[in-house]
This record gives sequence, structure tokens and C-alpha cells, in this order.
Amino acid sequence: MATTAALSRPAPRETTLAERILQDRNVLGILFMLPAAAFLFLFLTYPLGLGVYLGFTDTRIGRAGVWVGFENYESLWGDSVFWLSVFNTFLYTFVASILKFMLGLWLALLLNEHLPFKALIRAIVLLPWVVPTVLSAIAFWWIFDAQFSIVTWSLQKLGLVQGSINWLGDPQIARASVIAANVWRGIPFVAITLLAGLQTIPPSLHEAATLDGATSWQRFWHITLPMLSPIIAVVMTFSVLFTFTDFQLIYVLTRGGPLNATHLMATLSFQRAIPGGQLGEGAAIAVAMVPFLLGAIMFSYFGLQRRRWQQGGQD
Amino acid sequence: MTTASRIERAAVTDESVGMSYLDRVPRRIVTVWLPLLVFMFVLLFPFYWMAITALKPNAELTNFNDYSPFWPSSPTLRHIKYLLFETSYPGWLWNTMLVALGSTFLSLFASVFAAYAIERIRFKGSRWTGLGIFLAYLVPPSILFIPLAVMVFKLGIYDSKLALIFTYPTFLIPFCTWLLMGYFRSIPYELEECALVDGASRWQILTKIMLPLAVPGLISAGIFAFTLSWNEFIYALTFIQSSENKTVPVGVLTELVRGDVYEWGALMAGALLGSLPVVILYSFFVDYYVASMTGAVKE
Repeated sequence: MATTAALSRPAPRETTLAERILQDRNVLGILFMLPAAAFLFLFLTYPLGLGVYLGFTDTRIGRAGVWVGFENYESLWGDSVFWLSVFNTFLYTFVASILKFMLGLWLALLLNEHLPFKALIRAIVLLPWVVPTVLSAIAFWWIFDAQFSIVTWSLQKLGLVQGSINWLGDPQIARASVIAANVWRGIPFVAITLLAGLQTIPPSLHEAATLDGATSWQRFWHITLPMLSPIIAVVMTFSVLFTFTDFQLIYVLTRGGPLNATHLMATLSFQRAIPGGQLGEGAAIAVAMVPFLLGAIMFSYFGLQRRRWQQGGQD
Repeated sequence: MTTASRIERAAVTDESVGMSYLDRVPRRIVTVWLPLLVFMFVLLFPFYWMAITALKPNAELTNFNDYSPFWPSSPTLRHIKYLLFETSYPGWLWNTMLVALGSTFLSLFASVFAAYAIERIRFKGSRWTGLGIFLAYLVPPSILFIPLAVMVFKLGIYDSKLALIFTYPTFLIPFCTWLLMGYFRSIPYELEECALVDGASRWQILTKIMLPLAVPGLISAGIFAFTLSWNEFIYALTFIQSSENKTVPVGVLTELVRGDVYEWGALMAGALLGSLPVVILYSFFVDYYVASMTGAVKE
């Protein structure tokens, strides 16, 4: 039955030109890419170029600008607030990323232990990452209140400090406070992704090392860390990228103050461009972020990636 | 299908005891339980503080001497009532919902086709396109918001929800495409080949075979996109002017703070209510979430 049906099937019908074109993988690929590509070109690539162009103009809100060459960059070069924001951005990114990495790795190692209620604990750990940053930053704003901070109160009750602590009003303490809030939000992402990496390490390696008399520190240093290094490179690249371009947390907690001590490049760019109205100058600051950003990404990606061969190449 | 098996695999490794049986109980308490408790406390405390501040009457908020700061002695729903009936908060919730849904659907639509084309049609230059998509994901909103503001203004959609629905996909499309590429990669080629041999067109393969199989991937990409747009701040802050078009994060921050009078109770209630939708969504799909997050990062 089946064979007769197959034999009596009509000869393949003529395919029209249109059909043949649609079967071509290149045409089809471009057709399928069209919605995403059109959108990204219009709202991502074009604005990127427009941003670079705006950086060379003196555009203000409500007034089209004229080409001024490097004038914006020259004025930024002599602008101490700009350099302070560059310094702050680097300090913020560096300290926060290192703390996030160390605490996140520690938490991942803890979560990798055999624990009851593991799923529940893991769900709770992710909460700070899921909740909108602005909304959790508002909670930190209240926790860091100058007068009614619960942390100050607890420290006073424990007898550790006498007076009040001006969490967000003193330049140095404010820097530490915003970094603490950023680390708090960033730990879950680092921990959960590193946990996934930890679970791919075969237990037999640890067992073999233990039989050979390795201490737990040696096992961590010579097995866990090398096996984890590819995923560490990826996670830290993302972490550096998002910390470097952070805006929300600073905007909620300090708006760059006190004395511009917590102004990051992103917040400075916003402040000059939107409330200040100097779109050209704001765009120039944003463009100035790009080389630093590329440098930071290159550093964290290639610096941490060297040992990828130990995993037998990519993924 | 594959996500499910991935989760199952994760569950199996979760059960593995490893070498922990070698450790004595007192040692485990110090090295595992104590640090873990400290971590949990620090990670959860701000939420706890947010919740009880929202429930405290104003008198208790600033008086730590007569009332215990860690527990509301006479809890009140006044702040929540104020928020829901005397401010534009319900409108902001509605706006956030609309914007998040709109941009999520727009992004998913574009991403499914793009991911399928890059991963399965393998047209000329698909590898480079994939790389381009990845790079597009790395472009931070804090670089794009100024030129986008200029564009939004020229397009005449400034101060409308459309401005957000059209700009959020700039980070959602690359992200979803990237996630779905990983998902399509896990679906066996043979299924497609069978369909091709049977005379199915590419369109039929996509709609009748790949999409039904990719539903878990679509769900996780959708959840991710929804949370990302719910959390977005800088575009919403820049492109929206009038109170009735604001989203929750922007509205809470800009409208509930009047001069020097901080309505802490209402602020915390606003933060809490604004977090609830994403937390609820996430608690239902936490397994998808973890699996797709680690899956996406592993690529």
C-alpha cells in the first residue's frame, strides 16, 4: 500500500521563482532577521552614532546645535568635576566588583554544600537581584538616613559608636555606603551563576585530591578555582560592565553628592544633559565612557580567561 | 523539554552529598550554617525593613526609644491606603504593566525570528550577526539615553508610553535573541530534517515544530524581558514628564518625595507594592529563571 502510494505520487510540481527564492537560506535568513535588525539599527546603532555626533555639537534641550569640534571634550579635559567622576567610577567599579566576586564566590561555595531546603534558600538569595533596583535603593535610602538610620541605632545600642553616622552626607562614608548597596544587589547574580559552574565540577576530582592528602584550601585553590575560571571571566565581565555604567543606585541615594564625591560618569552625564539641558556636553561624557568601558571589559575578560584551555576549550 | 531535563539534572546534582559527610556537625555549623545565616540576614534585611516601615504609623517611624524599631507595635494600613487612593500610584502600576507587556511582546516577536535565523537557517554571515547581537546587549542604556531622548522628541512620542515601548526593546531584543539562540541550539536537528524531507517549508518548520518545542524557552525569555522592563529606570526617567504617564520606579521616586518632607511610610509601601509583581512572577518560575540564567551565561 505504502509503496504504491509512493509510486503513484505525482512528479514534483514546478516551483515558481518566488518559491525558489524563499527556499534560499540567505534570502530566508535576511527575511527572518528583518524585524530585529530593523529595530536595532533604528533604535540602537543610529542613536549610538547620533550620540557621538551630539558630543561634537553644542545642542541644548529645545535648540538644535552646531558643530563645535572638540570643544566639549576640551572643556571636559579642564573640568575637575569630570575627572572626579572618572576617579569615582573607577573606584566604585573596582571595589564593588572585587567585593561582589569574593562574597559571591563564598556564597556559591556555601550553597554548593549539602543543605536542606536548598531550593528555598536559592530562591531567597536571588531576591535582591529580582526586585527593581530603584525600589530596593529606596529601602537603602531609609536605612542610611542621617537621623533615623537603623544601622546607626543598632551600633549605638551595641556600644560601638557614640554619635550619629552621616551615611550619605560625608564624602568618604557616602562612597562606602553606595558601594555597599551595590554589592548587596550584585552578590546574588554572581553567586547563582558561580553555583551553576561549581555544580559542573566532578566530585571525583575532589575525592582524588583528598586521597592524595590535599587540604580543603589546596583543593579550593588547585581544583575549584581553575575549573571555575571560564565562568568567572564571563560573570565578572558582566559585573564590571553593569557596575561601570550604574546610574539608578547613585541617582536614588545621593544624586552624586556630597561635594560630587559619588558622581559617576553616568550620573554626571545625566545631570549635565537633562536637568542642565546641555545635551551636547552630556553626550560627550557618555562617549568618554566608551574607551574606559572597553578597557575595563578587556581587562576582566582577557585577564581572567587565560586558563580556559584547562576546560578543553570553549564550553 | 530540554529545560525540564536541565532542571532535573540540576536537581540530581543538588542531591549529591559530595564529601560533606566527612565533616563533623559542629564544624559544619561554624563553616557553613553561620556564614549562610549572616548572608541570608543581610540579603533579606532591607526587605524586612521596607515591609515593617510600610506598616508602622508615623509616630513610630522616628521614635526608636519608646517603640521597638524591629516590630510595628500598632501596625496600620494607612500608608498603603494613602498610596492607593490619594496618589497616582495605581496609574503608575498600570503604566508599568502596559509598557512591560508591550515591549516584551514586541521583543519576543522579533527575537524568535532572529534567533531561529541565526541558529538554524545559518545564512551567510549568521555567525557575525550572532556576535553583533551579543555586542548589542553590552551597549549600556546610560550611553544611549541622550541620543534616544533626542530621537524620541523628534518622533513626537516624548512623554508617552510609546516612547518606552519602543526604546526598551533596545536591550530586550539582544537579550531575548541570545537566550533563544541557546534554546534553539538544544533542539535536535533531526526533527527539522525529518520535516524538510516530508516537504515542510521553513515557515511550517518554525511554527509547527520549533515554536511548540521552544515554549519553555519563550516563557523564560518572556519572564526575563518582563522583569527587565519592569525594573528599567533611566529611560523612563528621561522620556516621561507628566505624572500620569510615569512608571512605578520613577513615580515613587519623583512624586512621593515632596521637598524636604519624606513620606517614608508611603515610600516604603510604594517600593514594596512595586516589587510584588516581579517577585510573585519570579517565585512561580524560579526554576526556569535559574536554569536560563546559568544557561545564558554559560554560552
